[in-house]
This record gives sequence, structure tokens and C-alpha cells, in this order.
Amino acid sequence: MVGATLKAIHIRKVYPGTVALNDVSIAFAAGRVQALLGKNGAGKSTLIKVLSGATQPTAGSIEVDGQTVVLRSPKHAFQNGIATVYQEMSLIPELTVAENILFGRLPRVQSLFGLCRFTIDWPAVYQRAHEVLEELGVSLDVKQQVRFLGVAQQQLVEIAKAMSFRPKVLMFDEPTSALAHHESQSLFRLIRKLASSGVAIIYISHRLQELREIVDTVSVLRDGNLIGSIPMTEATPRTIADMMFGQWLPQQRPANETANNKTVMRVSHLSRRGRFEDVSFTLNRGEVLGLAGMVGSGRTSLLMSIFGADPIDRGQIELADKLIRRPSPVVMKRAGLGLTPENRKEQALVQLLSTRDNICLAGLDRISLRGLIWHERQRPVVERTIDDLRIDVADITTPVSVLSGGNQQKVVVGNWLNTKPLVMLLDEPTRGVDVQSRQQIFKLIWQLSRKGISAIVVSSELEELVEVCSRILVMRAGRLVAEVDPQGLELSDLITLCMEQ
Amino acid sequence: MNTPSSPIRSTRTLRSHLARESMLIILIVMCIALSYFEPSFRTTINLLNVLRQVSIIGVIAFGMTMVIISAEIDLSVGSAAALAGCLTAVILDKCGDQGIWLSVSLPLAVLTTLAAGFAMGVFTAAMRNLFRVPCFITTLALLTGLRGTAQYITEGFPVNLPPGITFLGSGDILGVPVPALIFLVVFMSVHFLMNYTTFGRSVYAVGGNAEAARLSGIDVWRIRVWVLAINGMLAYLAGILLAARIGSGIPTAALGMELDVIAAVIIGGTSLFGGSGRVWGTLVGLLFIGVMRNGMTLLNIQHDVQLIVRGGLILVAVWINQTTLKYNSERSR
Repeated sequence: MVGATLKAIHIRKVYPGTVALNDVSIAFAAGRVQALLGKNGAGKSTLIKVLSGATQPTAGSIEVDGQTVVLRSPKHAFQNGIATVYQEMSLIPELTVAENILFGRLPRVQSLFGLCRFTIDWPAVYQRAHEVLEELGVSLDVKQQVRFLGVAQQQLVEIAKAMSFRPKVLMFDEPTSALAHHESQSLFRLIRKLASSGVAIIYISHRLQELREIVDTVSVLRDGNLIGSIPMTEATPRTIADMMFGQWLPQQRPANETANNKTVMRVSHLSRRGRFEDVSFTLNRGEVLGLAGMVGSGRTSLLMSIFGADPIDRGQIELADKLIRRPSPVVMKRAGLGLTPENRKEQALVQLLSTRDNICLAGLDRISLRGLIWHERQRPVVERTIDDLRIDVADITTPVSVLSGGNQQKVVVGNWLNTKPLVMLLDEPTRGVDVQSRQQIFKLIWQLSRKGISAIVVSSELEELVEVCSRILVMRAGRLVAEVDPQGLELSDLITLCMEQ
Repeated sequence: MNTPSSPIRSTRTLRSHLARESMLIILIVMCIALSYFEPSFRTTINLLNVLRQVSIIGVIAFGMTMVIISAEIDLSVGSAAALAGCLTAVILDKCGDQGIWLSVSLPLAVLTTLAAGFAMGVFTAAMRNLFRVPCFITTLALLTGLRGTAQYITEGFPVNLPPGITFLGSGDILGVPVPALIFLVVFMSVHFLMNYTTFGRSVYAVGGNAEAARLSGIDVWRIRVWVLAINGMLAYLAGILLAARIGSGIPTAALGMELDVIAAVIIGGTSLFGGSGRVWGTLVGLLFIGVMRNGMTLLNIQHDVQLIVRGGLILVAVWINQTTLKYNSERSR
């Protein structure tokens, strides 16, 4: 490609056990806004890490303006003209706008017999910061502490910081995920302006609508390969979905999992301010209900609130025909609810404790004999769990942290099955889990369904939901917007439902 | 495809067992060496003496083990012990401690004091649960406040205890000192509580990962309340024993005792970060401190040098614990 500012050539990145990027060559041109798309695990974030110097490629090279460079660190990438505006703010809240913009490069007082090399030249700091902001056409008080700024303004500081390096390439990682609509609009104007001044922009977002507003080209990654790049004008939701998911045929679900019509859980008008609004649905006995939606659409918040782990502002939950008065994890466990949380490590497992103790965590009261517990009493429960779920563990007394992701997830699920639940809430049950364990977890969900145990499954992997669920609810910006039948559903329709604004 | 279910047993090797009990091995070696260099060490009287010396710190240390495993800390136990002794003495003094009255006022004084300890733990837990004040802060405040209270209720003077109660501190049953017996009973109770009850297992879970415990439907608040309340009660019990041994409630007693207690718990292998540790380890840690102190006294080492050696040995012991634990977890990988 002629005129490419940044070129990645035959980039390959291998992590132990997986190939994250498999020979990706991609170019970014000056003055263009180019979007990177791909589902979780497609290699998108690895590519960003490689381009921003956060990790080193296993093979391949990177060229900036035709010169081959090795990006040793994020700082080094900045020096080579590749700047990144991160999704999570990297600003220091206690410092002023000016200090944050020029952090690490604050101008020093020059003279004074060379003694004062460590003295900051404050007038120069404010002057320089002011110039940078002015160039962007942004008006902000440079002496203001960053913690007093709103999210959108903080992001402007972040952009100003990146631009103060005069980069040739600017990467945005989900920049609008925390912004309101009008804030996004002014961000887009700024991005347009930067592009027209000759900067190559790499833009990562799942919001199809906004891609349409500012992006020139869409590049799609799948399974570590670059599937292709097409002009945005030719990119319909259908073509994008086809590129992201490829030729994909859902596995045949076992036939007899059809749920009967007895309602086991009824959620009415549930709201939590800022997270989700007026959510109502029913769940039948033995039903596997999917909850689809983009990251930040409120799926996880909804599950956490139903489980009583997060508060609710309005609405009610009925479980097995009983109204739950004050939901808390303790109450919900007793009522027959189980939750496998999104972050296995931080929220589900006690890493210091053994596999045995982690399997007996939620069901402790049930396993015990009137509050007393000893290893022999735990043994049959632990052995049955390990057998049923095919957990691969050499020694049940070693810390659970030595197990693989898939086995840890099975421990979490098994832990809850020991409470004899009516309904399991599964938040990203296959995250960080290998393909084989993934299939085993699906089969387990179906088995439970046949026994009459219902499940609500949240997953970012939409094809998983289509494969495993008998009904799918779609969440967008905190609201339930659609209910679909996975039977005969086109994946691209589902992804469109999730992305449209 | 189905894996056979038999090999799901513990495969702990002898070597990892030895590494786990490294402190016990050091203790045994120390005892053998002392018996060799100083034959008076092995006499029954001396060994019972060691037990008596560690028993008061020990009663607190078992409570503290629970607290530290639950990832909290209690810095106020020394002051609490002083207050407990004074409180008992003052109540006995006010209610009358002569003749038949003693059989009423003694249980009253002891039970009131234990209830006060329980309440103090509940207070600390409430601050933690309701206002998110770390136990470190609350108990740091109590460290000063309780000491002041002890001085306030005694007006700064020792308050004598009636002779009847000193049996608790210096009497013996079948040749075994009473505080040592109480110490062993507390050890067995806490050991049982932590290893054989759902409560104890929950304490480990809360200390290891409070969020995971909460999301497993464990009532984290209730666990913290009970842990701190039991700990408070044991600290006050130790205070009663201490006063009974001295014969009076002294507001300046047990100065800095919290540090000896925490040292014993840590030498016993309990992690200050919570989630791991053993009551049995604390027993070993206590005996280690007791034997070390006793041995140095028997060998006529002067007091200042004793303090320096004790400080150094605490560091060495913890270092050995850390390295063997690391060795263990690496081998299990």
C-alpha cells in the first residue's frame, strides 16, 4: 500500500498454548480512520499490544514511514510516533491537566548556574499545555486537577497527552464506552480533525453506528488472521458479521431439552440506576436462557443484582412462586439461586484454598452435619463433583490456583451444583477456557436442563449463546430490547441487534 | 473417556510434610540442644513453667490466629487484657469480696468482663462492616482508649484481688498450672472450631477472598463479627488470668503484649494477608517463644541480649517459614 504510515508485516504472536496472531499484515494510512473489529479472542487486543509496544511479536516486523522499528516499550512506541489513547484512563487524578499532559517531560528551569535542573518551570508547563490544547481546539483550564473533570474531559486530556508527542499514528481503544451521546459527537469531530491533519487513526469499537460516522475502512480479524479490509461504505452489518464469524454452523442441540412451561423465576421491572432499566422476563423450569449484549450493556450488573450481590432500585424478583423480599447472596442461595461470576479469579475462587475446599464453599452448610465438617464427610461430595464434571486434578489438597482455566471454571460450577440450585446464573462461563472444556460445560448445562435446573447464560461469544440456549434476550444500554429464538437465527441478525444504537 | 475416580486422594509426600512442619522441627532441635547444655531444662517443673509463661499470651494468640486468618488484625489486645484485669478487680471491690459474697460476685465479675470483651469485638466488627473503618484503625484507637479506661476505673492504682481468685492464675490441678490447663482447652476449642466447623472453613474463605466468599452466599459480616467477638472475649479472659496471677488488677499490665501475640501467630506460619494459617502452628510458635525465653534465662544470658536475640530469631523463623512454604507450593505445581 502506497503512503502507509504504519505497517505491520507478517506479525505472529504465540502465547503458551495459543497462537494469538497468525501472520497478520496490515497497513494504516495517514489521514485515514481505520477500524479494527473482531470478536473476543480474535487477536484484536494482541495486535494493539504489539503495535503499542506493550508486547513483542514472536515474528514479523513493524514499519513506520517505511523504516523498520522495534517497539521495545510503550514509551518507545510513543517516541516512534505511535500513540495510544487507552480505554481505562491512565491519568493521575491528583495532578493538574498540564502536568498530566506533559507528565515525565515537564520543562525545567534552565539557568541558575545549572544548579536547578530539578526545578520545574511552571510558567513554561502551563504555556506548553495550553498550546497543545489550543491546537486541538479544546478549552480546558490547564491548572485544574484532573479528578474534578468529567469522563469526557479526562479523555480530552488523554488525547492531548498523546498528541503532545506529535504522533503519526493514534490508536483509540473503545473510546466512547463511557461517553454520553453528545460527548461522543465532539470526540468524533476531534478525531476527524486529527485525521485531516495527516494522522493515521486506528479506531476500535463495537458500536456499528459510530463506525459508520467516522470510519473510512474496516479491518476484521478472526482467529488470529486478518480476514480483510473493506471501505465502510460497503460494510453492512451482514458483511461485517460474516467476516467476524465466518462460515459458522451451530452445533445441534440435544432435542429433549425443551423446557416445560412452569415458570421458576419471574423478574419484573427491575432497575438499578445507571446500570439497567425496567428489566422484566420469566424463566421456565429447565430452560436455558441466553443474555446477549455488548460489554457494558448491563448484562453482568443484571445478574449480580438478581443474585442480591448488587443493590436494586426498583422492581421485584419471584423465585419458585415466592417473592424475594430483600435479596442478598445468602438469601438467594437459600432460595435456590447460584451464580458463577464473571471473573473467576477475583470473584469465584479462594486461590489459597485447596480444590477440595473450593468445591465445598457454597454448599458448606449442606455438606456439613449440623455445622460440623471434616475431610471424610467432604470426600464423597468432592469425588462426585470431580467425576461428574470431569475435573482434571491430581491432588485435591493443593491450592486451586494450580488448575487450568477450564478446570477452575468446572470447580466453580461444581461448587454451586452442591447447593442443589433451581436456577444457575452463568456469567461468561467459557471465558479463558479451552475448547474441550467449553464443550463439556455446554453439555453440563444441557444435562442440568434435563434435570429441570434452569440457567441464564451471559456470554460475549454470541455463537455460543445460539448454540447453547433455547431462548435469547438481547440487552442494549441497560434495557432488554429483543427476544429471539436461536432456532434458525442468523448470527449476523443477532450481532446487529446487539450493536445498533 | 471416563477417568477412574480412585486417584483423587491426597498425595502429600513425607518431604512436603516435613517442610510444612519446619517450625516444629526447629523447636524439637532447640529442646534437645537445651536439654544437653542445661539439664535443668528437662525437669517437669521447668517445662510446666514454660507452659505457664506462654499460657496467657497463648490464650490471646489463638483468638488472634482466627483474626489474622480472616485478614483482619487486633492491636488492642494488650490494653484489653489490662482493662479486663482492672474491671474484674473493680467489680469485686465494689460488690464485696468477703466470705459467701464471693461466690456471687466472682462469677458476676468474670462474666461481665467476658461480656465486655465480646462487646468490644462486636464494636470493632461493626466499625469494619458498617463504616468500612479497617480493624487496624479501630483497634489502634482502642489500644490507647482501653488503656485509658483501665487507668480511669482504677484511678491509676493497682486494685487488689481477693485470694480466692488467684487460684485461676497460680493454682494447679494435679500438678498442672491452671492457666496452662485453660490455655490447652482454648487451643483445642479454637483448633476444633477452625478445622471442623463450617464457621471455621468460612473464616478461611473470607480471609482468602472476601468477595468470592460473599458471592458463595457466605455471610461475611456475621463471620467477621464472630471472629472479632471471640477474639475480644479471649483477650479479656487472658487479662483475668494475668490479674489473678499478679494478685491485682494493674492498669499498666500487659504493655506491648499485642506484639508478642502477633509474633507468635506469625512464627506459627499464619499469613498476615489472611486466608492461610493453622491454630496448631500458633501453638508451635508460642512454645518456640517460650522455650527460647526460658532457655536463654537458664543459660544466664543477660536481658538486653535476650531481647536482641529474640528479635533476630523472629525474623529468621518467619524467613524459614516463607521459604519452606514457597518450596512447598512450587513442588505442588
